[in-house]
Formats: sequence, C-alpha cells, structure tokens
Amino acid sequence: MNERLTIEAIATDFLIIGGGTAGCAAALSFCESSASGSVLIAEKAHIKRSGCLAAGVNALNAYIVPGKTPESYVDYARADAEGIVREDLLITMARGLNAAAEKLEALGLTMLKNPDGTYAARGTRNIKINGENIKPLLAAAVESQPRVTVLNHVAVIDYIVRDDRVIGAYAIDLLKPVLYVLTASATLCATGGASGLYKPNNPGFSRHKMWYPPFNTGAGYAMGIRAGAEMTTLEMRFIALRCKDTIAPTGTLAQGVGARQVNASGEIYEQKYGITTSQRVHGTVTENREGRGPCALKTVGITAEHDEQLQRAYLNMAPLQTLRWLESGETPSVRNVEIEGTEPYIVGGHTASGYWVSTERETTLKALFAAGDVAGGAPQKYVTGALAEGEIVGKAALRYTASPPPAADLAEAESLRVALEQTLRRSDANDTTDALEAEMQSVMDEYAGGISADYRFSESSLAVADEKIREIARRAEVLAAADTRELAYIFELRERLTLARSVIAHLRARRETRWHSFAENTDYPERDDANFSVFVNSRLENGELKMIFRDLVKVGETYEH
Amino acid sequence: MSIEISREKCVACGACAVVCPGTLIWVDAAAYIKTPDNCWGCASCVKECPRGAIRLYLGADAGGRGGKLSARRDGALTHWSVEKPDGKTVEITVDSRESNAY
Ligand SMILES: Cc1cc2nc3c(=O)[nH]c(=O)nc-3n(C[C@H](O)[C@H](O)[C@H](O)COP(=O)(O)OP(=O)(O)OC[C@H]3O[C@@H](n4cnc5c(N)ncnc54)[C@H](O)[C@@H]3O)c2cc1C
Ligand code: SF4
Ligand code: SF4
Repeated sequence: MNERLTIEAIATDFLIIGGGTAGCAAALSFCESSASGSVLIAEKAHIKRSGCLAAGVNALNAYIVPGKTPESYVDYARADAEGIVREDLLITMARGLNAAAEKLEALGLTMLKNPDGTYAARGTRNIKINGENIKPLLAAAVESQPRVTVLNHVAVIDYIVRDDRVIGAYAIDLLKPVLYVLTASATLCATGGASGLYKPNNPGFSRHKMWYPPFNTGAGYAMGIRAGAEMTTLEMRFIALRCKDTIAPTGTLAQGVGARQVNASGEIYEQKYGITTSQRVHGTVTENREGRGPCALKTVGITAEHDEQLQRAYLNMAPLQTLRWLESGETPSVRNVEIEGTEPYIVGGHTASGYWVSTERETTLKALFAAGDVAGGAPQKYVTGALAEGEIVGKAALRYTASPPPAADLAEAESLRVALEQTLRRSDANDTTDALEAEMQSVMDEYAGGISADYRFSESSLAVADEKIREIARRAEVLAAADTRELAYIFELRERLTLARSVIAHLRARRETRWHSFAENTDYPERDDANFSVFVNSRLENGELKMIFRDLVKVGETYEH
Repeated sequence: MSIEISREKCVACGACAVVCPGTLIWVDAAAYIKTPDNCWGCASCVKECPRGAIRLYLGADAGGRGGKLSARRDGALTHWSVEKPDGKTVEITVDSRESNAY
C-alpha cells in the first residue's frame, strides 16, 4: 500500500474515545445538558455494533428492584469485592442505574413488565429485556444528535498531553492512510477493558472465541499508563465462568432456569466455596484440579419449553451457543452444560481495575475523564453502570468545554507521522505481531497466573513474567505493517504489553490472597486485612512503575484529587 | 469459530464490513474475511447481510461439528437457521419486541 500518511487535524469541545456503552451515554448526556458545544466520537469499529454490546446482551444486570436501594447495591458490590471498592463511586453509579434503564426503554429497548408496569426482575438485581439490538438503538440516538460527529473505523493510539493536561489524542484511520490530530477542551476515555493478555481457552483457530471482545485491547489503560495517570486495582483480574468451548455467558442458565454447579459425580459444589464471583470460579477450578471434574451446570431434566426458551435467549446474545446445542443435538435438557473459567481479563466494570478517578470520573490527568470498564474503583457496573458513568461525565465535561480547545503542536504530530510511515515501509522485521502476541499470552499464562497455572502465581514466577514481558516489548518496537489496519494491530500488541507490565506489578504488590483465582498468590495464600485493606495503585514515573497504597473510601466518605 | 461468505450470494454492498466490531471484512467483487481466526463470532455481519450470504460456524478446535448458522431479518423478526451436519435445517424466529423469558 501507499506508505504515506496524511495528517488531518480536527478540533472539538468534547472528545470521546470509544463509542461503546459509556461513550454513547456521555455524548447523549452532554447534548442534553448543554445548549452548545461540539462532540467528536472516535471509534475504532462502527458505533452501530462495537464493543461489549455488539452481539447483544442478555439482561440488565444492575438495577435497583423494588424493595432494594442504591445503598444495598453498594453493600452487594463491596461484599463481592471483599471490601476493595470506592463507596463514593459505587453510590453515585448506583443512583443512576434506574434512570439509565428507563432511558434505554425510551430509545426502544424491549423490557419485560409486570402487570403494574414495573420491570420484571430476574433475581434481586437484574431485569429482563431483549438485548439483541441494544447497541443499534444507542447508536441511532447518538447519530440523531446534530452536535455529535462520529469518526468510525478510527483507532486512537495516544493522548496529546501538555503540562499534565490531556488536550486530545492521535488516531489512525483503519480504512485509509490518515493520521488524525484531535484536539479537545475535555476528553473522555471509554475504550472498555482488555482481553488478550493471557492465552485464551481455545488458543488455536478459535483464539478469538472469548467472552470479552477481542477488539477491546486495553488502549485506554495503556495510553493512561504511558501518560503517567494513576491506575488502581489492576491486580483484581476478572475471570468469568462460562460455557465450555463457546465461552457463552452462564447467568441465563443459573438465574433463568436455576441450574446449579455440579461436579462429575453430580454433587452441587457451589456452597462449599462461597458465592462471590471469584469464589464461584475458584470452586470450579478446585473441583477440576482435585479430580472431581468436569464441572457443569445441571440442566438435564428441564422442560422442553425451557429448552426452547434458552435457545432463543442465546440467539439474542451468544448465537454460537444455540448453534452448538443444535448441531450436536445435545440441548440443555439432554446434557448438562459444561463450564470452565476463562483466561483473566482486566475489566473495571466487573472488578475494580482502571483509572483512579474523582467522583466526577476525572482521572489524575487534567481534563481527561474515564467511564465504564476502563474506570476503576467501582465494580459490578455492567451496562447500566457504564451508562450511568457516561451520564456523569457528559455533565462534568462542561466544566472544561466553556473554553476553546487548545491548539496542537504540529511538530509532534509530524514526528509521529514519520515514525508510523517507517513502520509501514519496514522490510527488516524479525518478528510478526501475531507471533509476539502469542508469546506474550504464553508468558502471562505460565508465569502470571493464567488458565494452565490454575490462575496461581508466586513472587518468583511474577519476576520471570516481568523480565520476559519487557523483552517482548523491546522486540515489539520493530514490527512491520502493510496498511493502517496492521499498524493498529501493532499498537494493540504494545497496549497489551504495557498493561501486562502494570498487571504484574500490581499482582506483586498485593502480598495476600483476597480473591481466589482473581489474584491467587501461592506465597501469600491468606487474606491479610492488617496490611492490605488498601487500594494498590500505580503510576509510571521515569519509565518505572511506582506503587502507591491508598486508604479505602468508606460509606459517606468521598475522595477527590 | 468464524464466518464464511458465499461469493455467489454476495452483492458487495459492504454492510457487513461496516458493522464488524473487529473491522475484519474486506470487500472487492465480493466480501471476504482476511483473517478468519480473528473473528469473535458476534454475528453482527450475519444479521446485517441483506442476502443471507454469511454463515457462522464453530471451529473444530472449539468442538464445532460443521453446523452453520445464518439469519434473515424481516422488520422486528430475525429468522435464524441452523444447518446441521446431517443436512437438516432448524429455523428459529426471534421477535425483538418480545423480551427474553430469562
Ligand atoms: C459478551 C458480553 C456480554 C455481556 N452481557 C451483559 C448483560 O447481559 N448484562 C449486563 O448488564 N452487562 C453485560 N455485559 C457487561 C457490559 O456489556 C459492559 O460492562 C459494558 O457494556 C461496558 O461498557 P464500556 O463502554 O466500558 O465498553 P464498550 O461498550 O465495550 O465500549 C468500548 C468501545 O471503545 C472502542 N475502542 C476500544 N479501543 C479503542 C481505540 N483505541 N480507539 C477508538 N475506540 C476504541 C470499542 O470498539 C468499543 O466501541 C456483557 C459484556 C460482554 C463482553
Ligand atoms: S461474526 Fe462478528 S467478528 Fe466475526 S466477522 Fe462477523 S461481525 Fe466480524
Ligand atoms: S452484507 Fe452480504 S451482500 Fe453485502 S457485502 Fe456483506 S456479504 Fe455481501
């Protein structure tokens, strides 16, 4: 291809990086709360079907059902995270959950209603919907806003920073050779979490048959780490318990038809290990390791009607699971659904990993906000929590958008262009992006607690992981790309490597085991409340990660920078 | 898992390439996926195709047995069809105006 890149500069009031759940919500909230001001969304895919919501979702997992309160939601999230949460972030998020659900209904999402008009609950925190078209509905709402411009198929690769303030971002177009210089008065990072750091369940041809989107590569975390933003709780990895092979969600089976976790001899083992998210994973891992597997969700014996409803429900969110049932003839009423733990992900919407933010969701870098899976401190956000955080940022950004966007330094953009063109022209690369990605995933798997290590690690294995990741990162500096899509793959690999180093540093710093499987340290197998009822945070300073231990933010307290 | 696109059915409208969350589909005389092992299996392209030209399958390494899943949209209805390895086809219609039962 043409190895020349053209520079295009665009200035906006409010730049949103990632037009996913939180990003779309922030755009809508900004427009509702202001009479003027422009919004620019830079999205690496197309907002109609990008990020976590692409395939559709099953339910709204975070909702305050009648009889419950935002405070009781906070209690649940705190207990599930064994205390390591920011209560100020959780409560401000929880207070926005129901409004977010109502907004989705107003956009046209199908919600199941009780005769009295309230939403039909599934369990104590979920409500039932048809979530197949949730992303197209959000996207259409955003596209109908005259003040919003969307750049689809544009991947952001770095922030533009002046004196500790983020004034925009650099991005590349995946469809044409263009380097964008985007400047903004306020910027939101809403790039979601990160998959692909660890070797996946199916490392061969089906390597991307994973739960978290393989295209959420941790760009937001990595850009923040590089720019010196403070990050929190990256050691609290998220491991999902999923249907074997297809890695489809299990909540519908567990909550929908009440399927319990059973081992090979049919014993229900879930009570033995506890019911927090991490304990459920740990139980399955332990049953397998001790020879009592394979483990499954007990579905045999459900009615034909349940069977058929499940096939439909999965078509609305994980259609390959329905294909799997039908092509094998082994539908859930005939055969229990085998389950396994996924590779670890970094996902601030399920656990608490991500940017260390103020209650307005501003990061430690001025004028940069974070919302959704990329923002830390507040686990159990799910769809409605990501929307609620986007809503908060859409209003908070107004503080900056009154003044015009700062000008970019075009000399810096020019040298970036030269460096990118060099990668497009290079013919002497020894490694390929794919090979280094596989190598990184093997290292993380073996030495930093991946699937094959039963999620366990030790001080010495983490030291090896750190050394090897640094070495792979050096090699990743010399890679070749034939076009801007391949250039984006190189950036994705580098993002993952940057994040992997930080994850390793966090795993090393929390010298205890508070969450089984999520952070299982074999040198420190017990929970240590005396020393570790704190946040483990980090910041990159002069090329080295500095660890920072911060006090918990308890009920009624707030943290501001 | 991945997708396969029928060159016979495809009219190169590009709709699938627009929505793929991984930007994996290319279009010349017909659409094609360059790196099938990068596919997430989300079915966005399958549902978008006006010609029913795209079929989703589960890779053998993830237990796939050769079945194929395709879809046809008709307003609020999505007609899914599963072609089983024995040649039989199962159709399931889902209405987006109806909530999941679970
Ligand atoms: C398969 C799956 C099923 C789920 N099911 C449910 C459910 O049933 N109920 C529920 O409540 N929650 C569910 N969740 C959780 C919920 O969907 C997420 O927590 C939430 O959507 C996250 O929102 P987000 O905005 O942080 O990320 P996303 O919605 O993923 O948005 C991130 C966006 O950033 C873009 N992006 C990434 N990198 C870049 C870059 N470098 N440049 C530009 N753009 C970039 C991505 O393409 C994407 O559009 C599910 C999650 C997954 C993965
Ligand atoms: S199934 Fe999803 S990831 Fe795969 S090609 Fe189609 S749209 Fe892209
Ligand atoms: S949507 Fe269907 S017809 Fe259009 S390019 Fe894709 S495969 Fe071809």
